[in-house]
Amino acid sequence: MSTLPVISAKNLDLVFQTGDGSVHALSDITLDIEKGEFVSLIGPSGCGKTTLLRVIADLEKPTSGEISVNGTTPEKARLDGAYGYVFQQAALFPWRTIAKNVALPLEIMGLPAEERTSRIKRNLDLVNLTGFEKKFPWQLSGGMQQRASIARALAVEPDMLLMDEPFGALDEIVRDHLNAELLKLWATTQKTIVFVTHSIPEAVYLSTKIVVMSPRPGRIHEIIDCDLGADRPLDIRETPEFLKIAHQVRDGLREGHSYDE
Amino acid sequence: MSAVRPNWQALAALVTGLISLAGLPFTATMGTGASLLVTAIVLVAAILSMLKLRPVAQAIILAVASHFAAWLLIGGLADAFGTAGFGYFAALAASWLLAWRLVTVLSEMKFIAPVAKRTIALIVPAIFGIWILILWEALTRGAGVPFVLLPPPSSIGARIVTSTNILAADFVQTVVKAVLVGYIIGTFSGFLVAVMADRFRFLAAGLLPVGNMVAALPMIGIAPIMVIWFGFDWQSKAAVVVVMTFFPMLVNTLAGLAATGHMERDLMRTYGAGHWQVLAKLRLPVAMPFIFNALKINSTLALIGAIVAEFFGTPVVGMGFRISTEVGRMNLDMVWAEIALAAVVGSLFYGLLALAERIVTFWHPSYR
Repeated sequence: MSTLPVISAKNLDLVFQTGDGSVHALSDITLDIEKGEFVSLIGPSGCGKTTLLRVIADLEKPTSGEISVNGTTPEKARLDGAYGYVFQQAALFPWRTIAKNVALPLEIMGLPAEERTSRIKRNLDLVNLTGFEKKFPWQLSGGMQQRASIARALAVEPDMLLMDEPFGALDEIVRDHLNAELLKLWATTQKTIVFVTHSIPEAVYLSTKIVVMSPRPGRIHEIIDCDLGADRPLDIRETPEFLKIAHQVRDGLREGHSYDE
Repeated sequence: MSAVRPNWQALAALVTGLISLAGLPFTATMGTGASLLVTAIVLVAAILSMLKLRPVAQAIILAVASHFAAWLLIGGLADAFGTAGFGYFAALAASWLLAWRLVTVLSEMKFIAPVAKRTIALIVPAIFGIWILILWEALTRGAGVPFVLLPPPSSIGARIVTSTNILAADFVQTVVKAVLVGYIIGTFSGFLVAVMADRFRFLAAGLLPVGNMVAALPMIGIAPIMVIWFGFDWQSKAAVVVVMTFFPMLVNTLAGLAATGHMERDLMRTYGAGHWQVLAKLRLPVAMPFIFNALKINSTLALIGAIVAEFFGTPVVGMGFRISTEVGRMNLDMVWAEIALAAVVGSLFYGLLALAERIVTFWHPSYR
């Protein structure tokens, strides 16, 4: 294929200087992500998966190495609204209604009121929150809040979604449900999604590619293709193909994890 | 099940009511008949309130009996300043215990209608306030407390009614001019400087120690200097208020602007939002509870500042001026009238700010 990768990192290094010495958060990261892929970053805490996502989002600057997002620098991509970022918590503003929360990035972009209204409607519809426009975030359940925050990320109409353990704080039943919804969303919107998680079933269920990372220093241990096809009902998780890939990921995590501490 | 349900307030009222029988008549101008009537009301109400009646019936009996007895007791003090004997105070204590029982019964009532709930929430503190006045009146006049030490509320009230012109002029001079102008300038400039200091860090680094020092200056020292700088009229008092209110606003706003979470700030960064957009859409709303804290603190500081500043030179009008001169002339009822005015103004000021806070920060976990 001749198309350029949407995200391309080459020999990325990131060292945090803290009060008591330096922390090698990312070491020699080289990774290409193609348009329309669903890539999961998985690994134990401290492996740098969130840091890598933050570097892509231009929330951290790498110490050395090269990275391009949408064929340009992460900073330019950020200012162009190339991605929508979903955090571990919904981070909705409690003084704004759900509709107003979705409108927040649109106000900052300076979109006219009509355009804002139609985007709010469309994206709340996409995450099944129609009818909750006038509610305040604290009147909604945790799962609904996180869906609202996904609608807010989508309202920017980015090419990419960067998601940092978005369902980590939710219980498993809600999580399963949102995973299925996210897959549907991915199928309808054709967006590139980079997804940070520490759940093996979640990574295998969602991804086309799984990046297994290991800590101290944070690095990529293995990249596993996950070709389960586009149609993935929830019970695919019982099939031998699914379990095989899950096993592969678990092995990768085990090899990458040093137990010498 | 017996038909009697004793409670300690009614029992104590019964005992004190019986004791009062040993001290008849209660005062020099109160006949034995009138004294006996008070005791009878108290005793009957105490017994009735121990029967198993509906709470509403109990409340009505207690309210009528305790306040009627109190009214008779205060009436019995006419031309009898300082002549009340121990029977009088026993009867007073008995009717006060009945009022206590009344408040207890009212607080235990359970209503579903919000109107009834709100009415009870207003009535209970009102009964408290009324009984403070009743006891104050009966004790000062019954025991003959010297007027200079503590005038009875009735003479303070009479003074308020006859001096509305003076009180209104003092109110305009001290509150409308000095407090309001000083408060608006002080809090607004404190807010603006905080926003600026937040934008340009060197300002914060340089200003905060200076502000700290100014805030630590004693008002006793500032007030005469302000009089020299800005003259005898209200401008110098407003200047004192500015100095007093500026710093709490500065510090609280800075703290509020720093209270935003990392995730929210990162979120705004992913949108490429500029400094002023982040300020308007995220950091100022987050800072609002802190800002209202400063507004409320400043409302009391401003009133204190303006009144005390008038002790240091003023035209012949103003609440502080009135207090300091009337103390010298032993007109304590006028001093108390000014104190009552200050209390009302201060409570209203604070209450309005608290109301505005509820409306603006409706989303805060403490209100929603």
